[in-house]
Amino acid sequence: MAQVTTTQQGAQYRRSIIWEWITTVDHKKIGILYLFTSLFFFLIGGILAMMIRTQLIVPDNTFLGPATYNEVFTMHGTIMIFLAVMPLNAAFFNFLIPLQIGARDVAFPRLNAFSYWAFLFGGLLILSSFLFGAAPNAGWFGYANLTTLTYSPGINVDFWIFGLQILGIASVASALNFFVTIINMRAPGMRMMRMPVFTWMSLVTAVLLMLAIPSLTIGLVELTFDRYFGTLFFEPNAGASVVLWQHLFWIFGHPEVYIMVLPPFGMISEILPTFSRKPLFGYPFVVYSGIAIGFLSFGVWAHHMFAVGLGPVANSVFATTTMLIAIPTGVKIFNWLGTLWGGSIVIKTPLLFAAGFVGMFTIGGISGVMHASVPVDYWQTDSYFVVAHFHYVLFGGSLMAILGGIYYWYPKMFGRMMNDKLGKIHFWTVLIAFNMTFFPMHFLGIDGMPRRIYTYPDGMGWNFWNMEESIGAYFLGLSMLLFAYNFIHSLRSGEIAPADPWDGRTLEWSIPSPPPAYNFAVVPTVTSRDEFWEMKYGSNEQTADQKTNLNPTVEDERHIHLPPPSYFPLIAAGGLLGMGAGMVMHGDGMAVSWYIFGAGILVLAFGLFGWSFEPNH
Amino acid sequence: MSDLSQASQTAHIEEAHATTTGISHNKLLMWAFLGSDCMFFGSLIMTFMVYRGKAAGGPRPQDIWDIPYTSISAAVLLLSSLAIVLALTYLQRGNERAFRIWLLATAALGLLFLGGQYYEFTTFYHEGLTLHSSLFGTTFFVLTGFHGTHVGIGVIWLLSLAWMSKRGKIPASRAEMPEIVALYWHFVDIVWIIIFAVVYLIPYKP
Ligand SMILES: [Cu+2]
Repeated sequence: MAQVTTTQQGAQYRRSIIWEWITTVDHKKIGILYLFTSLFFFLIGGILAMMIRTQLIVPDNTFLGPATYNEVFTMHGTIMIFLAVMPLNAAFFNFLIPLQIGARDVAFPRLNAFSYWAFLFGGLLILSSFLFGAAPNAGWFGYANLTTLTYSPGINVDFWIFGLQILGIASVASALNFFVTIINMRAPGMRMMRMPVFTWMSLVTAVLLMLAIPSLTIGLVELTFDRYFGTLFFEPNAGASVVLWQHLFWIFGHPEVYIMVLPPFGMISEILPTFSRKPLFGYPFVVYSGIAIGFLSFGVWAHHMFAVGLGPVANSVFATTTMLIAIPTGVKIFNWLGTLWGGSIVIKTPLLFAAGFVGMFTIGGISGVMHASVPVDYWQTDSYFVVAHFHYVLFGGSLMAILGGIYYWYPKMFGRMMNDKLGKIHFWTVLIAFNMTFFPMHFLGIDGMPRRIYTYPDGMGWNFWNMEESIGAYFLGLSMLLFAYNFIHSLRSGEIAPADPWDGRTLEWSIPSPPPAYNFAVVPTVTSRDEFWEMKYGSNEQTADQKTNLNPTVEDERHIHLPPPSYFPLIAAGGLLGMGAGMVMHGDGMAVSWYIFGAGILVLAFGLFGWSFEPNH
Repeated sequence: MSDLSQASQTAHIEEAHATTTGISHNKLLMWAFLGSDCMFFGSLIMTFMVYRGKAAGGPRPQDIWDIPYTSISAAVLLLSSLAIVLALTYLQRGNERAFRIWLLATAALGLLFLGGQYYEFTTFYHEGLTLHSSLFGTTFFVLTGFHGTHVGIGVIWLLSLAWMSKRGKIPASRAEMPEIVALYWHFVDIVWIIIFAVVYLIPYKP
């Protein structure tokens, strides 16, 4: 069993390239699937953003009507959060974590494939709502009782509910998997405090996902019962609380912010030391402040609810915890600056994006801590100031870092370099266009322009900045097209990447680009933080031995056992899709819906059954 | 085949199964899942607490409770935890038959609990408590039903273990899967103690 060679497996299973990809359980391939899928969803979310800015370019515009506008901004938020930023992070979890900890795969390769397929199907279910002219339209936060049958009778909300439920299952499964992988599959000597910071932040993120998603899931279950079975969870006439949903949602929703931003923190903490050619400044501070952020993130949710009237005591407590969370975040900013300080800086595209992240995220953090103050929040809430704030956190922050991460790890993923000159142009245009688009939103917010309105009258003094923002947004879109060109073109025509193009510090750079299926011909024995840097420049006895990872012999490969491919994860995820689609159809009153739901359950059961009894070795 | 190659093959297998913490992946997965499951139950229990005692439109809890009856069904579930401990002990001693008997006893107690819940639900229903009679009805049925679903999944799992054991697939050396199922089963029992206290035992304002 341990002797099955990769080539034998190849002959046995490889019927075609497509078959290979849909049955893959290789964490690297799954990572690449996540990357392409989430970039596709990102493109759709971006097109929706362009539609929003087109509608708002002039006052009293009629490009989108109010109903369509509701759908467009709801889908923009839902897609960018659940289908772009989160799965982009997941792409990096998948591709990098095993490489960084010196493992050959994740703890549960088939569960990992299942997570990907469930993510894809959940995303497609939400997107398919456009085909039926019934896209979700109640905001990405779906406040109940706005989303109960009384106020949202269409199936728009049903698409949103069941899409998110499937995505939630995918996220929790993936989080459990990476939790076990990081805790349990580290190479010998890879102690917790030697782990690369990206892996550390991913571990914190996994724990946040495991603990935060359930609150959303249960909220959605309660909403489903209200909409389908006539329960009263969100029925004020029966005495229900109108803020219950808000509590459940934001207990998930605030940790969600850190779920989206902690992995980028990790990426930055890898990129900055590499291009400063010195270790991360204050590694323990970065790690412990990451843990502190994770912990505190569960105690701040009501800052999203200051204006609903929870009372002065609750508001003061949550104002305090919210200000507290700025401390560990601030610590990290100084760690990153300290890393750059005095380094021999190499200016490459990833470094520019990392530096851009630090600057833009700091602006987002400062505007965020402003509305930690309750009176200030009363003024800013529901205005464009808040829109400015979270785009600085999620675009200027998360997405900037993710783009930097793509430029940085692209050579490892695809074995080719992206064009650095185009990358730099991309960076500067993104930075300028991003600030053109979002900085003036601070002014508009302070000027009283409310969010989520489909148009505004002439003569409010908002015309100039809205026009300017929309131009900035088009410019931003063009700049992202440049990125798309660079990304796609480099897949075939990029310069061939060496194993270690950036003079990296962590284990993923010690193996060929792209890595072989088994990752490490020889499982490394780790003796320090920045293990690969030590191998190259330190006094490490293992150096010679470890270098064999770059030129593994065939004999080495023979002994490596890899999990065989499987199509059961895809089938199981397909069952979930059937269940979700059946539920949505039932919302529409279609007679066939319960059959589809039942068929979904059977397919899911068949997938899980086949999965459990499939030989594992 | 020389002893040497035998030994090296064993070493390979051992290597493949070694974990950093010494705890197996499967068991760690179950622990992590239970941590996550705490939050699922926590959110539902929180909802119940927020709406506790809001019974307008249907019977009040104190009108329909039969505490002795529910206490017995809680005791049945707790006994099942004892039964699964016995099952594991017999498996570790290599007595697969006794293992199966106690495994089936655990499943039977679980089914008895579910039967009791079914009877309780129908009784309450006839007394006018439904999913939409009041917030009390809504939260009661969804919370206890969510727990009952957990018990049901546990019973299916126990029965499939017994079936696999019958086919000789669970020797004493592979006692881990039953241990993981037992972890889950104990968790579901503990959660019931909390639900029992929160839903039934803490007195309602008249
Ligand atoms: Cu928040």
